[in-house]
Amino acid sequence: MPHDFVSSPTPGSGRESQDSITIEIEAIEADAAARVAAGGSPEMQPRRDYAPYRSSLLRHPTHELVRVDPEEVERVSPAFGHTDVNVLESDLTIQHAGEPIGERITVSGRVLDGEGRPVRHQLIELWQANAGGRYVHKRDQHPAPLDPNFTGVGRAITGDSGEYSFTTIKPGPYPWKNHLNAWRPAHIHFSLFGTAFTQRLITQMYFPGDPLFALDPIYQSIADADARARLVGQYDHSLSVPEFSLGYNWDIVLTGPKSTWMESEDADE
Amino acid sequence: MNKLQTPSQTVGPFYGYALPYAGGPELVPGYHPRAIRFHGTVTDGAGEPILDALLEIWQADESGTLVRELGSLDRDGFTFTGFGRCATTIAGHYTFTTLKPGAAGTAAPYILVTVFARGVTHHLFTRAYFAEDAALHATDAVLSSLPADRRNTLICVSEGIVGGAESYRFDIRVQGENETVFLDFDD
Repeated sequence: MPHDFVSSPTPGSGRESQDSITIEIEAIEADAAARVAAGGSPEMQPRRDYAPYRSSLLRHPTHELVRVDPEEVERVSPAFGHTDVNVLESDLTIQHAGEPIGERITVSGRVLDGEGRPVRHQLIELWQANAGGRYVHKRDQHPAPLDPNFTGVGRAITGDSGEYSFTTIKPGPYPWKNHLNAWRPAHIHFSLFGTAFTQRLITQMYFPGDPLFALDPIYQSIADADARARLVGQYDHSLSVPEFSLGYNWDIVLTGPKSTWMESEDADE
Repeated sequence: MNKLQTPSQTVGPFYGYALPYAGGPELVPGYHPRAIRFHGTVTDGAGEPILDALLEIWQADESGTLVRELGSLDRDGFTFTGFGRCATTIAGHYTFTTLKPGAAGTAAPYILVTVFARGVTHHLFTRAYFAEDAALHATDAVLSSLPADRRNTLICVSEGIVGGAESYRFDIRVQGENETVFLDFDD
């Protein structure tokens, strides 16, 4: 039965063991560490050709990316604002008649650029599985229950200091078909815009101490341990609300921009 | 103070109920007198369509201005914002309705295209240029730096008037024969 028709043919049978995938993961990490030990820069981004993540095999370019200076198109970004996004969209627990099932949490932090400057008034989107590890997405066939009170989609516009805050429930881990007995660690997907389109970022936030980290080819596609640790939100008791929710903090740092477009845009506001 | 960037992760397969939105692919309505169709198929290294890709476009308006208008997520049918988002169909195909951009700065006119997909660990940037601007292509910093066979992957195929609108086809081959040129911006 074509249980997962999203998976178009990819090399690898999907039947490899976790142990064989883990051996591949560890070999790549050792290779990355050796390059750093030899004086190379740590890998700040995932490898595009990361074989343990089987879907990457036919979906990475084989040519080197062509390095170019951004033109004006790339040095600015679309403008989003409160007329695009209702403030209620940052609370994923109030979108239905009842309360979603799960551990209620807040995830908050700041969106910054590479120089530590806040990314103000920009769009931040997130989506996630429910507490049972099931997405509303129709192609998700994981036989965990859907929650009629949880869709798992939120949006917000960052504040004057680049701050954001979402109220949601902690997503569950879920199985996938990369290999036999493959499980994704619990995560929330985030989508971000900066002041330049070059800063565009889609990523995932994880939860501290997840035992699935070492086994997951998507998390491990970032071969540098320090770099991938930046994807882990931190539990912050000062953000927990008595009798209501547990608080996680996660700051998101975009690349650059090297240009001075941000100042000129601020002057226009 | 310098901060270390947050790494990218794949968009995964399950963004379909979250990121696409009504009106996302229509930067202008199809009945706009100068609407163009900007479309194509996204394929993988086996030549198979990528049916779970998400594309974003970002471009100047017809005069070459990067507008700073709100309303990309909640279109009013009249305000051109320059941003669009479209998920591919089960045939790996996407279609935007937009305006042909004017030249912004020193580059020839182009649409910036960003590709996200399951299996793509870090999004891919490319540019879609237009064949009729060939005179400007000779001095464009990106096009003029590429060998001819690779340069052609960045130029839309002009299909003439199709269904009442000028149609441009921009197929994206993520890997393999005629692999699209993808860009790494120095920022």
